[in-house]
Amino acid sequence: MTIKTMAEATAEGIEVEVLFWVGCAGSFDARAQKVTKAFSQLLDKAGVSFAILGNEEACTGDPARRAGNEFIFQMLALQNINTLNMYGVKKIVTACPHCFNTLKNEYPALGGNYEVVHHTQFLQGLLNDGKLKVEGGSFKGKKITYHDSCYLGRINGEYEAPRDLLTNLEADLVEMKRCKTTGLCCGAGGAQMFKEDEPGDKRINIERAEEALSTNANIVAANCPFCITMITDGMKAKDKQDDVMVMDISEMILQSVK
Amino acid sequence: MQQIIFIVLTGIVSFFAYKKFSQIYRNIMLGKSSDMSGDTAQRWQNVIFVAFGQKKMFKNWIPAIFHLFIYVAFLFTQVELIEIIIDGIFGVHRFFAPFLGGLYTLIISSIEVLSLLALVATFVFLYRRNLLKVPRLVKSELNGWPKLDANLILIGELLLVTGIFTMNGADSVLQGIDPTHYPETGSLAISSWFGPAVFGGMEPESLMFVERFGWWLHLLVVLGFISYLPYSKHLHIFMAFPNVYFSKLTPRGEMENMPEIMNEVKSMLGMEADTSATSGGEMPEFGSKDVFDLSWKNILNAYSCTECGRCSAVCPANLTGKNLSPRKIMMDIRDRATEIGNNIASGDLKYAKTKDNTDIKTLTADNYDDGKSLFDYISREELHACTTCNACVEACPILIDPLEPILKMRRYEILTESAGPGDWVPMFTAMENGGCVWQMPVEREAWRAEV
Repeated sequence: MTIKTMAEATAEGIEVEVLFWVGCAGSFDARAQKVTKAFSQLLDKAGVSFAILGNEEACTGDPARRAGNEFIFQMLALQNINTLNMYGVKKIVTACPHCFNTLKNEYPALGGNYEVVHHTQFLQGLLNDGKLKVEGGSFKGKKITYHDSCYLGRINGEYEAPRDLLTNLEADLVEMKRCKTTGLCCGAGGAQMFKEDEPGDKRINIERAEEALSTNANIVAANCPFCITMITDGMKAKDKQDDVMVMDISEMILQSVK
Repeated sequence: MQQIIFIVLTGIVSFFAYKKFSQIYRNIMLGKSSDMSGDTAQRWQNVIFVAFGQKKMFKNWIPAIFHLFIYVAFLFTQVELIEIIIDGIFGVHRFFAPFLGGLYTLIISSIEVLSLLALVATFVFLYRRNLLKVPRLVKSELNGWPKLDANLILIGELLLVTGIFTMNGADSVLQGIDPTHYPETGSLAISSWFGPAVFGGMEPESLMFVERFGWWLHLLVVLGFISYLPYSKHLHIFMAFPNVYFSKLTPRGEMENMPEIMNEVKSMLGMEADTSATSGGEMPEFGSKDVFDLSWKNILNAYSCTECGRCSAVCPANLTGKNLSPRKIMMDIRDRATEIGNNIASGDLKYAKTKDNTDIKTLTADNYDDGKSLFDYISREELHACTTCNACVEACPILIDPLEPILKMRRYEILTESAGPGDWVPMFTAMENGGCVWQMPVEREAWRAEV
């Protein structure tokens, strides 16, 4: 399949339905790239016309802002808004809850107003509209636990769309003790991803990996590239990387799509 | 004689309480003005459900139920307190009893039942804090005064309930002996049997003494409570309501915008900027170094905090042994605001800015400088440990936001001091130069060739 950039789509006179905001992790991180590709394939299968910004996309600025560097946040955000407004973008979908939150909640104050959805919400819509059909298949009867990312869950109140998708896979969904409003952070937010931990007894991702292991699930389903990295690292630290898979929900949907 | 003592004592306590509460108001107002826009109906809805209705407390049933006993008992006891004030000033006894009749019996009986429940709750709380040692109630930031404060208030509660039952118990026996001076209250739920069981058979003089003892004990505990509140975390019984009313209504994930920086960056990028909001030459300070740079809402949050520690109990950094406790952040802000408030009230010019010392006649918040800041209370390590996961924000039963001041202090560190964790420097550089959190040798859209 070919994925068009907004520049290409515009040059060809194609008006796309939605902009896929890929994000830094989705663009460059080897693991997150797989999610980007999986989600692109799903959009393609569902017949959704979409484009990416490609090289014209920059980081939303979330980690800079939360680290305290408002200058860099403003720089990146204003550039992005400029680009988005230039293409007249109305609807954005992203597979990163940090991008999702910043685009949705923080860009309006800077002059960027878009309808922003997380990819789990978008996929739920495609399933509900019958544009995608899934069958349990490979996940039928498998034990799956779902990790709420802070920025999709507690911060933006979306707990159901991802769970609804997992229910469609006919998997055996088991909740961790800390879930939904009390879901435990993976440890990456607030620009922690990009620094060493402060001194303490334990890494947060290990605490979370242990909690996921205690459910005896075979798969940890996630919705955020940083959570995937953190929990995968946690599993490695517990030497469970061969027993428990950490997957993005879109990857699971792709494996089950008819 | 009793009337004079009552009036003088109540007057003195009220005067000092007024002074002390005004001081707290001034301490809160040390903060910057804050955006108050938002739906007023939503604010009142929060007050009704979250503050009055205790909605968020019920995420944890056991403490919620026992807290509810004490809370409702406290609200109802105010009716009795009104009567005590009237009786105290005019030298009458149980002023409302003859007017209200059966309703009086019902009200006082309810207070008695609630007081008994509150008594049970008080023992449960003492047990949870001192014997069971619930983790969030024994964390290190509570060592010393906060721990004592919590126990003192529970002991005060025990005394108050003792006062109520002594007073009502002796009174119900006296009603049978001297009905002209002790008006009929009807059969009260607890003291109608508790009174005769404990005080039955005593001489009328002794009974009168016991009744007065109970009455004065009740009053003294109340007056003591009023005087003590401004020094205690129990300030939440008043502050929770305005705190909930003024809580943030914008999306949880939205950090407050900084228009002065936005406009600076806009003009840098050659975009149209509203220059009225720029700093205009002088080197500005961004973020928060001290309580003066927080909003008054942040300080109101701090004075509303009950130190219950639900925030710290769910904080991922705290849970994994890092030096961050959201509760401590709020306690530190409160203690710093109190320190500054007390120093300003002292008028001592040694706290005035040293530069033009000769010109300063009076010490105010504007020329205040004691050489300290919030960074003397809150370490950088604490600030750097936060993952912004909002678990603390979600956990607070009265909508305190411990995250906002943490992020404001991070802003000060990065924007004003150009300091902060060294690990973040490569990230900032990569973002500034390449628009990506990592320095990458390949194009951003390279992945699409592989799909």
